[in-house]
Amino acid sequence: MTDTQSPAPLMEVRNLSKSYRVGGGHRLVAVDGISLSVMPGEMLGLVGESGCGKSTLGRCMLRLTDISAGQVMFEGRDITTLPERRLRPLRPRMQMVFQDSSACLNPRRRIGDLLAEPLRVHPGPDQRRRQAADIERRVRDLMELVSLPVAALTRYPHEFSGGQRQRINIARALALSPRLVVADEPVSALDVSVQAQIVNLFSDLRTRLGLTYVFVAHDLAVVRQVSTRVAVMYLGAIVEMGATDDVLHQPAHPYTAALTTAVPRPVVGATPPPPLGGDIPSPVNRPAGCRFHTRCPYVQDRCRMEAPVLRPIRPGHEAACHFPLPPS
Amino acid sequence: MCSLTHGCVMPADPTIPLLDVSDLCVSFPAGGRMVPIVEHVSFTLPEAGILGLVGESGSGKSVTAMAIMGLIDTPGVRVSGSVRFRGRELVGLPPRQIRRLRGRDIAMIFQDPMTAFTPVYTIGWQIDEQIRAHERISRTQARARTVRILGEMGVPDPERMARRYPHQLSGGLRQRAMIAMALSCNPTLLIADEPTTALDVTVQAQILDLIRSLRGTYGSSVLLITHDMGVVAQTCDSTLVLYSGRVAETGPSDRVFSHPGHPYTAALLDSIPPLYGPRPDRLPAIAGAPPVPMARPPGCAFGPRCAHVHAACTTTPPALLPLGPDHEAACVLPAEGTPLPPRTAADWPIDTIGDACP
Repeated sequence: MTDTQSPAPLMEVRNLSKSYRVGGGHRLVAVDGISLSVMPGEMLGLVGESGCGKSTLGRCMLRLTDISAGQVMFEGRDITTLPERRLRPLRPRMQMVFQDSSACLNPRRRIGDLLAEPLRVHPGPDQRRRQAADIERRVRDLMELVSLPVAALTRYPHEFSGGQRQRINIARALALSPRLVVADEPVSALDVSVQAQIVNLFSDLRTRLGLTYVFVAHDLAVVRQVSTRVAVMYLGAIVEMGATDDVLHQPAHPYTAALTTAVPRPVVGATPPPPLGGDIPSPVNRPAGCRFHTRCPYVQDRCRMEAPVLRPIRPGHEAACHFPLPPS
Repeated sequence: MCSLTHGCVMPADPTIPLLDVSDLCVSFPAGGRMVPIVEHVSFTLPEAGILGLVGESGSGKSVTAMAIMGLIDTPGVRVSGSVRFRGRELVGLPPRQIRRLRGRDIAMIFQDPMTAFTPVYTIGWQIDEQIRAHERISRTQARARTVRILGEMGVPDPERMARRYPHQLSGGLRQRAMIAMALSCNPTLLIADEPTTALDVTVQAQILDLIRSLRGTYGSSVLLITHDMGVVAQTCDSTLVLYSGRVAETGPSDRVFSHPGHPYTAALLDSIPPLYGPRPDRLPAIAGAPPVPMARPPGCAFGPRCAHVHAACTTTPPALLPLGPDHEAACVLPAEGTPLPPRTAADWPIDTIGDACP
């Protein structure tokens, strides 16, 4: 990322923090000083357990949530404090897909109407209102893009299965031809057999449209399938980041190692390793020093005192650990 | 066998299985007719065995569990077939008698411990109440047992935790407290309905570890309901795959996972993205979605999504055919002499050996 030869990142966050006021004068730090960049065409997977701040980070990137400190850059432009009026022309280029496919679709409106709405709200490439015929053509194209029958345009959201509804949400996110799509747990509410279809759809769309994804998910196997690079989060910070298989197969941070071994694999006879003890500490009252030290099997005195920063340990692989695990 | 001080209510008879479900059918009234949700489900669970009931949402796995527990009281529902617990018939048992079994001999844990506990009493109070509902012991004795079981379930500082309300505990601790409540009367059968679905992977690993240890420490049998094939592979001795309310395949877990006899089982295993080994360009997904119970096809329910479907599949649902010892699948392929190929190590290349943690 420091390499001046590489192309400009599409999305970049610098020292991004987001905290919330909670009862008793405490502050919940959901995202704690994260810096990362997303290159055009890249698929970045954000993984971590519930409460680690991965969804908040995704929302902050698109300024769906106001940030507390730091900077958000989109296409090289600082959008941190851009007023909504000036942010709106950028919105078509950055879109989001959410987990709950039915909560995102107004149950009283037909699919055709739901898909046409962003096209009516935002002007066309010539900065003029789109013609009704253009909108209709685009809506039909979108249905074809996500492999849904055009005849379904007159139906209502409840007439579709969960997987089909998620296709509709994806089609709507793609209506304005975005460059960046942030997908927040888009397959975790789906059954395995349907999940595979939607995962394939994400891969196909990337090839067809040259999209850039930030894929937020807790399922490591799903993230591996769709990501070129992963960032592992724990208690509001990135603890490890690098090329997908490098991070998942040669983890340097003990938390990543624990996370990958805890995934139950569909293989009989593989004795599961002893699980990681303890619970995730509260983000309101984070441990001092390394945020993982309360559960780390390799904890040492230095970890309790001094917080490790994310630093390169191998080319293209960063970890925030004083004593990174050697490659196996 | 019983580690707790009180005796078991019904003695074990080695000749009959702990739980024997045969031809269980559950239909719900809808649209002026009876819609079958669970059809002809049969299985047995031996003493100290762990059986995994797997299926997608709507496959009828939770309804099966509710029927075993006698928890279906929706007006107009028809439950037929037989559920024998240590030889005693549970279907049609009067509510008074089933209440004496439920919680004491058969206990259940649910997916969401937040809604299974009442928010207005402490965890300890609720576990005490469960013990005192089944046994004549004093409050002090009940609390002492509550604290001990919470401790055995890995709840730190159990005495203080017993005085906490459900919302004050983390998800993992709440699930441990619910397992403690279920085990408080030392049940011989524990039904766990998606016990780890709401939990994070590292906490899920802890709870699965706990469930595996139950048969050793308490001699309990477990009926584990889940949608996660990984959870089944790592936890259960035998596996029963449900599809659209019917048994697709049942057998010892190692056979079901290495030699799946039903195309649905095989496709389900294929559609899980691998964490190790080469990354496929596209996942072998199963097209379409399971049928709704109102509109099941006349033949095999998986037929419309099956890669091997042919004329023989479309008339009547295929019967369960034996494939090996205790291994059966409801598919015509083995009988036609074209069984599915076994899953080889190539399907999970590094998975069986690769362990990232040093």
